[in-house]
Amino acid sequence: MTTSNTANELDRRLLMDRSVPGRTAVTLPPSDVPEQDMPQESLLRDDLPLPEVSQLEVIRYFSLLSQLNFSIDTNFYPLGSCTMKYNPKLNDAMASLPGFAGIHPNQPSDQVQGAVQLMHELQELLGDLTGLPGVSLAPLAGAQGEYAGLLIARAYHASRNDSARTVALIPDSAHGTNPASAAMAGLEVVTVPSASDGNVDVNALRDLADERTAVFMLTLPSTLGLFEPSILEITQIVHDAGGLVYADGANLNALLGIAKLGDLGFDICHSNLHKTFSTPHGGGGPGSGPVMVTDELAKFLPEPVATRNGDSYTLSEPESSIGKINGFHGSFGILVRAYTYIRAMGRDGLKSAAENAIINANYIQSQLKDSFDLAADRYCMHETVLSASRQKKRGVKGLDIAKRLLDHGIHAPTMYFPLIVDEALMVEPTETESKETLDHFIEVMRQIDDEITSDPETVQTAPHTLPVTRLDEAAAARKPYLRWQG
Amino acid sequence: MNPENLKYSKEHEWARVEGSTVVVGITQFAAEQLGDVVYVDLPEAGSDIEQFGKFGEIESVKTVSDLFSPVGGKIVEVNDSVKDSPEKVNEDTYGEGWLLKIEISDPGQLDALMDAAGYESLTAE
Repeated sequence: MTTSNTANELDRRLLMDRSVPGRTAVTLPPSDVPEQDMPQESLLRDDLPLPEVSQLEVIRYFSLLSQLNFSIDTNFYPLGSCTMKYNPKLNDAMASLPGFAGIHPNQPSDQVQGAVQLMHELQELLGDLTGLPGVSLAPLAGAQGEYAGLLIARAYHASRNDSARTVALIPDSAHGTNPASAAMAGLEVVTVPSASDGNVDVNALRDLADERTAVFMLTLPSTLGLFEPSILEITQIVHDAGGLVYADGANLNALLGIAKLGDLGFDICHSNLHKTFSTPHGGGGPGSGPVMVTDELAKFLPEPVATRNGDSYTLSEPESSIGKINGFHGSFGILVRAYTYIRAMGRDGLKSAAENAIINANYIQSQLKDSFDLAADRYCMHETVLSASRQKKRGVKGLDIAKRLLDHGIHAPTMYFPLIVDEALMVEPTETESKETLDHFIEVMRQIDDEITSDPETVQTAPHTLPVTRLDEAAAARKPYLRWQG
Repeated sequence: MNPENLKYSKEHEWARVEGSTVVVGITQFAAEQLGDVVYVDLPEAGSDIEQFGKFGEIESVKTVSDLFSPVGGKIVEVNDSVKDSPEKVNEDTYGEGWLLKIEISDPGQLDALMDAAGYESLTAE
């Protein structure tokens, strides 16, 4: 709870408002070279309005601001579907090595052989882990990986003169990025309903898959945190109809070392390195979303792809590449971190990470199923989707519970997703949390459930201990300030 | 809570008959489920719409949903004011929060809709 206490006591003035004319952070020694005239005035800007503050004030200001961060380094962060696992500091140490951090993206490959070798080895590792051996590390995020994957699917059909395939089939439980990426790739989105048990409605899929199907996009495990028991039948149905099957790798953490997407019949997938492979998220990013494909599709991959020729490594453009999807090589510093993580964990370590992620989620589910409804009452994979529908009948919504968790120093779970679950609270503890942390979370969730009966208003008006309370999200979305108002 | 003089669709839209014109909006239940509405995407007046066809999208702080017309016909008027003030959908769902006025192509379509009691039992599930 240090975060919130510090925040309450924090001097909220911006650095600019602390400025005192003449105050400086650094006193420079007198110049020992002759003074030169300034360039003519028309070449100069007006004085910049920079804050004039002491060094100590700058340090204190930014140190206090940094303590307002709610991060995996400070708090439990069970944000479902985001895999907020610990980001080992070893990753940062390796990415900071001058040979990686100091190189320029325009340097020729022969000057940066180590970096290209790392890219090649990471491609091999990701290809092996997913069972899809063609890999491009170029995509800068999960959604860009999806977009690249869908362009590959289109290029594949076009190469076979099968251009009537313009439909992307997407389950109703999918991440919003799936239909968005499909629409951006010029495909028409058709929704596949879920059956009552949360699985894909296989009969509906059979009716929908036809000669117009370009691709079926599926998240495995699903966004309900469930393994799809009919997966082999599903990929077969789509293949029989002539379509390709795309795996959204958002939930890959549950499968590492246990099942390979390629073995299950998937043709294309992406992996969010910032989820599964422990690289930082969000403000700590950037993201990275490599795309993996079957051998047959490898020639369509976005460039560059690192290739090996004996002992030398080059960056090359695949034969029928969909082209470049960003300026350079992807998020290279993130690739170093993911590579470090995979090599440090090893195959057995990754498998045990997946197993522990699954056990942790099931532990939470089993301990909370008496207090909260479940989206599906069966073993989950790496995350469990609770529903606050019972609590809603007592006047408190999922949103209120999420906000109340913040008062207890716990980041809110993902709310109101998947869309098909009423008052969804999606909890993904990841493998990196201890049993003590899980027990604390369970205890707090039960406390909040009791509080909803004894003192609902405290929950409805939470958070109470953070520097800001309930933000007016509706006003922010309806009337956003798109320019600095100062 | 649901006015008796309206008809309702299972996609949570309401229809109010005013002569040959039908005023369309989303129900109070839908507005509550969505939460604070922040954006409404509506078609142009003058276009045709089929009964139960998609005519737009509504976005709240929680989610985005498709809008389906309870009746088919020609769209004669669109409530442009909800584009600027989407909060009207939450605040006056059955009044100023209306979305479309449709010249109904076949009044028989109304038989496919529910009355207030029927809709109430649907949402009570």
